[in-house]
Amino acid sequence: MQRFAALLDDLTYHDQRNGKLRLIADYLRTTPDPDRGWALAALTDGLDMPHAQPALIRSLAAERLDPVLFALSYDYVGDLAETVALLWPVAGPGHPPPLGELIATLGRTGKAAMPGVVAGLLDQLDTTGRWALLKLLTGTLRVGVSGRLARLAVAQFGAVDPAAIEDLWPSATAPFTALLAWVEGRGPRPANPGGSAFRPVMLAHALDEATRATLVPGDFCAEWKWDGIRVQAAVSGPARRLYSRNGEDLSAAFPDLVGALDFEGVVDGELLVLAGPAVAPFADLQKRLNRKTPGAKLMRERPARLRAYDLLFDGPEDLRPLPFSHRRQRLEAMIGSGRPGLDLSPLIAFADWDDLARRRADTTGTAIEGVMLKRRDSPYLAGRPRGLWWKWKRDPHLVDAVLMYAQRGHGKRSSDYADFTFGVWADGDRLVPVGKACLGFTDAALEHLDRWVRGHLVKRYGPVAEVSAGLVLEIAFEGLQHSTRHRSGIALRFPRIHRIRWDKPAAEADRLDALLALLG
Amino acid sequence: MSATTLLRPTPSGLYCAAGDFHVDPTRAVARAVITHGHGDHARAGHGAVLTTRETAAIMRSRYGDGCAGRIDETPYGQVVDLGGLRLRLVPAGHVLGSAQLVVEQGGARVVVSGDYKRRPDPTCLPFEPVSCDLFITEATFALPVFRHPPAADEIARLLASVRRFPERCHLVGAYALGKAQRVIALLRQAGWSRPIYLHGALLALCALYEQLGVALGPLLPVPEGLKNALAGEIVLCPPGALNDRWSRGLADPVTAAASGWMRVRARARQRGVELPLIISDHADWDELTGTIAELAPGAVWVTHGRDDALVHWCGTRGQPAQALALAGDDDDHD
Repeated sequence: MQRFAALLDDLTYHDQRNGKLRLIADYLRTTPDPDRGWALAALTDGLDMPHAQPALIRSLAAERLDPVLFALSYDYVGDLAETVALLWPVAGPGHPPPLGELIATLGRTGKAAMPGVVAGLLDQLDTTGRWALLKLLTGTLRVGVSGRLARLAVAQFGAVDPAAIEDLWPSATAPFTALLAWVEGRGPRPANPGGSAFRPVMLAHALDEATRATLVPGDFCAEWKWDGIRVQAAVSGPARRLYSRNGEDLSAAFPDLVGALDFEGVVDGELLVLAGPAVAPFADLQKRLNRKTPGAKLMRERPARLRAYDLLFDGPEDLRPLPFSHRRQRLEAMIGSGRPGLDLSPLIAFADWDDLARRRADTTGTAIEGVMLKRRDSPYLAGRPRGLWWKWKRDPHLVDAVLMYAQRGHGKRSSDYADFTFGVWADGDRLVPVGKACLGFTDAALEHLDRWVRGHLVKRYGPVAEVSAGLVLEIAFEGLQHSTRHRSGIALRFPRIHRIRWDKPAAEADRLDALLALLG
Repeated sequence: MSATTLLRPTPSGLYCAAGDFHVDPTRAVARAVITHGHGDHARAGHGAVLTTRETAAIMRSRYGDGCAGRIDETPYGQVVDLGGLRLRLVPAGHVLGSAQLVVEQGGARVVVSGDYKRRPDPTCLPFEPVSCDLFITEATFALPVFRHPPAADEIARLLASVRRFPERCHLVGAYALGKAQRVIALLRQAGWSRPIYLHGALLALCALYEQLGVALGPLLPVPEGLKNALAGEIVLCPPGALNDRWSRGLADPVTAAASGWMRVRARARQRGVELPLIISDHADWDELTGTIAELAPGAVWVTHGRDDALVHWCGTRGQPAQALALAGDDDDHD
């Protein structure tokens, strides 16, 4: 545990990406199994830990610490976990358990016994160890490491192809012993995931005008960008799965769709729900996503559908290295004139960019939010490779931002969080605020959001609550201007919360560069 | 005369009427006792100064030979008799030449701690506890969150980072008087024998330390006009110069800072520090409270920093204590 704590400690201070990669690789080199695997799970958000509420930590502090000294210290330090870590009375040289053992202990501890177990661990750990434990428990590591960065560190540690790690990761489970053995050249390459396993998805960059001007229309296929959620359907014999873009298994929420799938392979597409023959508004899809198991009536009135746009595997055959145009032919051949639950997202024929821009503008009021441009020769690569796929959203501009602060509203909303500050990622892994919005919610959505804020509160500044970086808000705005008031250097004009992206990981929210590019 | 009337706070600093002198006055006065050479304690322009030989040398080096009308150097422990009022300076362990001031009259004894620490420091004499009726203590790090780890462990972390990033230069921000020389001496103790490179602002005081008998090993000024230089080396500079233009010629420096404030993450992050080294020349919480418990004086006055927490702690122990608001306090360095 102390080693892991030292790693987290170093990571909080090192801003450079290469420095972080080196720190993680060094840790992997010097730490035995299974601890290093558990550390990777913690860094990649793959740890299923019972999260302790800050209240538990406060009550432990109240038991052990002088309240006046605690208050003065908390006031100075400003972070609950750090304050308690620094103040905790030293019980003498401890024998802290290794990380794996510590995680196992916490995993089998019930709620009633938790305070005693946590206090016992705090007694064993040094300052950095206590800080790391409390951060683990509150689920807010915030050391500026995305899952992707951690996986890249694994690849660099063993000098293997990062794409291979991305490919094997979803089917590997903590503490990743077999995977790490292969990475170190001590063991066989873990078997490729079976036919119904999740494959890491390929993502697109937002297209700005300057870049668009450099693209040659003939190099690209265009498709509609649907206002649903990105999913992957993987079918192998009786095993059928529907995954979200980050590998979460959605099968149980969409038995109507999953039950209908009758192909063999892996299809990439958009999950939509229908109202009659038309695509229903996103809010209806949201309703279905919120139900772990939908009722028959909901499924009848709002059936789910997969609008397919790529074929990753045809049966057992891996098509990902092939050009997009080839995969597209195979997809069309596989779907033919239609398959249950599945239809084909059509290609848009266009003469030039102006022509495509006109077609894009004509889609107002539909379930289309823009167009996707995919290079005809692009292989299917995990992550967000540059220059291959572009999303060209329809006006207004949309940006996926991360909720940073919430403030209580006024009048009727004075007891709820109703005013939200959001930011985008800048240099490395830091959020910079770009705007604030309070409009555009139904009371039900507000209540949901309010609950989320309370559950992810990091710190309070009077009426303002700072939350952990975990919720993506899709912000619509009319334009962008330079600003000296905001740390980001830009201000959004008329920002409003277009929708809440409960499905999107915060790490995949937009970057400041993407907004700056809009300024031209 | 009782201990608590021997000295009193004034806008110019602690004043002793019986001896007609100020302790570490904040403005020019006729007669001053100076506990150590840091700028918020030792100022130029006093009529007469009483201090240690080393602090006198430091003051002359920083402010010039004419920095005071007269400087009386007194060895540690030697009693200066001012007509029944007896003064002596004893080691405070803060920096080279640092002293506590002991004032005695008619059986009452006051100790002014000045800035002090209890940890071993290869560059100065250790703190010497003197029992007293009134202990006037500093409180720079008087919050229980401040518990300095062993300095040798912090130096080991610095050297580990040098090994981990051999293609980068390590730039350590350290206060020019005391901290810089202590970090150098600790590096030597840890076996770092390569030349250590210095920002220009550190050269004079390091040379003075060597003259005063503190060996620091090979030191070199950072050459000017470099590009991508000093990879794998350790460079020291004043904290204020960490993010300055001058460091741009260095090879992708890892910025480190040696300071007690580095204990708190937010403070380190605010300064853009990648490698915080918790090395302080001030007493931490345990040293402050431990010293008060050890001396068990009749009264404690708390100055310089976080008086609220330390006065509260004294209260929980039945130790009489009060905050002493002094004008011109400055907690900016350590």
